[in-house]
Amino acid sequence: MATLELSGIKKSFGAVEVIHGLDLQVKDGELIVFVGPSGCGKSTMLRMIAGLEKVTEGVISIGGKRVDHLPPALRGIAMVFQSYALYPHKNVRGNLGFALKHAGVPQSEIDERVNTAAEILELAPLMDRKPRELSGGQRQRVAIGRAIVREPDVFLFDEPLSNLDAALRVHMRVEILKLHQRLGSTMVYVTHDQVEAMTLADRIVVFRDGQVEQVGTPLELYRNPVNTFVAGFIGSPAMNFLRADTDGNSVRIGGAHLCELNSSAGELQLGIRPEHLTLNEDGALKGVVSVFEHLGGESFVHVELPDKQTLVAKLDGELSFAPGEQCTLAIKPSQCHVFDMQGRKIVPNTHAMV
Amino acid sequence: MLVRERITSTGIHAVLIAYSLLALFPLALIVINSLKSKKAIFRDPVGLPVGEAFSWKGYASVLTNSDFPLYFGNSLIVTCVSLFLILLFGAMASHALSEYRFPGDTFLGLYLILGIMVPIRLGTVALLQLVVDLNLANTLTALILVYTAQGLPIAIFIFTEFLKSVSREIKDSARIDGLSEYRIFFEVVVPLVRPVIATVAVFSMIPIWNDLWFPLILSPGEETRTVTLGVQQFIGQYTVNWGAVLASLSVAILPVLIMYVIFSKQLIRGITSGAVKG
Repeated sequence: MATLELSGIKKSFGAVEVIHGLDLQVKDGELIVFVGPSGCGKSTMLRMIAGLEKVTEGVISIGGKRVDHLPPALRGIAMVFQSYALYPHKNVRGNLGFALKHAGVPQSEIDERVNTAAEILELAPLMDRKPRELSGGQRQRVAIGRAIVREPDVFLFDEPLSNLDAALRVHMRVEILKLHQRLGSTMVYVTHDQVEAMTLADRIVVFRDGQVEQVGTPLELYRNPVNTFVAGFIGSPAMNFLRADTDGNSVRIGGAHLCELNSSAGELQLGIRPEHLTLNEDGALKGVVSVFEHLGGESFVHVELPDKQTLVAKLDGELSFAPGEQCTLAIKPSQCHVFDMQGRKIVPNTHAMV
Repeated sequence: MLVRERITSTGIHAVLIAYSLLALFPLALIVINSLKSKKAIFRDPVGLPVGEAFSWKGYASVLTNSDFPLYFGNSLIVTCVSLFLILLFGAMASHALSEYRFPGDTFLGLYLILGIMVPIRLGTVALLQLVVDLNLANTLTALILVYTAQGLPIAIFIFTEFLKSVSREIKDSARIDGLSEYRIFFEVVVPLVRPVIATVAVFSMIPIWNDLWFPLILSPGEETRTVTLGVQQFIGQYTVNWGAVLASLSVAILPVLIMYVIFSKQLIRGITSGAVKG
């Protein structure tokens, strides 16, 4: 258990810089999630913390001790990989105890720690099986067990659930959350799945192109995204972005007034979450239904506005629309996110009413 | 549909059986005739060794009247040691080429594989000079060194392809577990590629065991003859002891056969299953 500090981290592969100066403080016992599209540098960052990639510039400290010059085994970390990376020729017990055996831990202690981990993860009945005789979920549990056994200061997870099917992924997500509550360890978790990020994280770090776009709790990111990238990444279905004009202080879409700004700024982008749209005859957003998706408990309505912009609304599952039908949607001004054309957030005047 | 499948299956088997017969015929001929008297060999070359035709004479002269066990031992030593060195150095070199990035790695990889295209026998004269200069003429060491060099390019070629496919995450995970690079190779990578090692072993073993050229040139001495060279003693200028020649060839097939059986178990078994998501 320890804090993790990254300061001024840069990473280049040859002439290409993939991480451009990253600073982050992870508190003791915090579960922090790196999220971003593939190729954004989040896995590279994790591999640098693990010591599998060299840091080009900057300092990594774990528990106040500088570690970026140490080999992986001496950093006090353990890592769980996407492909599980179990040793195929060793059984579960052998996989769990391998690192300890190499570190010269006495056999009695190895047994004790392996058994404790097996108990936490309910692996006891599987101890003598080889990895190929296990299901995907069981393999992932062994991989996590291998990390637990080492009693690391910091756990690193590299997209550990990506290879599991949807149902198992939800189950394992809860397992990891329980594990975090039980062990109280510092954890760094990399994923490209925003649902995983939202449900697991104490704080989320959103990456884009080797840079941190925003750091915050899931709700901070959901409520106050600093730019269109974060806004579009967090939340599902993704936020709608509409081109809007200003008329004085009034923000308008296709002539309809939506909310007010303190200062006029010309052309704007308006971010509206699908779940904040409601069906309302007096609403400002009138359009034609182009696609209607039924999900049982809820439904997604794709609406085309008169100026050819489309938006998705998440509505009640009892509703039914036919393509071509008229549909009028309303949004509270307080739930509108206003961005300038570069994608940066502008704080709207939330007191105005539609 | 079912009938069609059966016809296809029968056809495939017919072709395979025909090919097997063709390939096994000379072998069968050797074994059959090794059990016959000299007269019987010439009277009826394809006849079975029964009744009057049957004779142990060939085997008797091989096992008693010659240094055959010595030659056999020489062949075994040369083959096993060369094989061990080819597998060890081949796998290690390929691991380095596939795992590490260093200046000149592509060039080195190409250089090592280039050997496939250069027949080593072209360099016989230079090799002989070198062996003599090193005082290695008429030693098994000379043969072992030459065979190792001869076997490495193809071994590296096959190994590199397969080692590239070994999951990077398993090696990384071993690194995090604190294994040194050597232990990662021996304890994680080698067990993963056992089937490939078996394949390379079979590929490399047979040319070495069967080679006549280098034993003849580099170590034709009485003490260092290999089986293939030893067989020549039954081929005289005026008479050939066919029974003995065929008997020694039959015996010489055995070790290769045994090694093949050992390795083929590995060839069939894919051990990586379950290690990573397939």
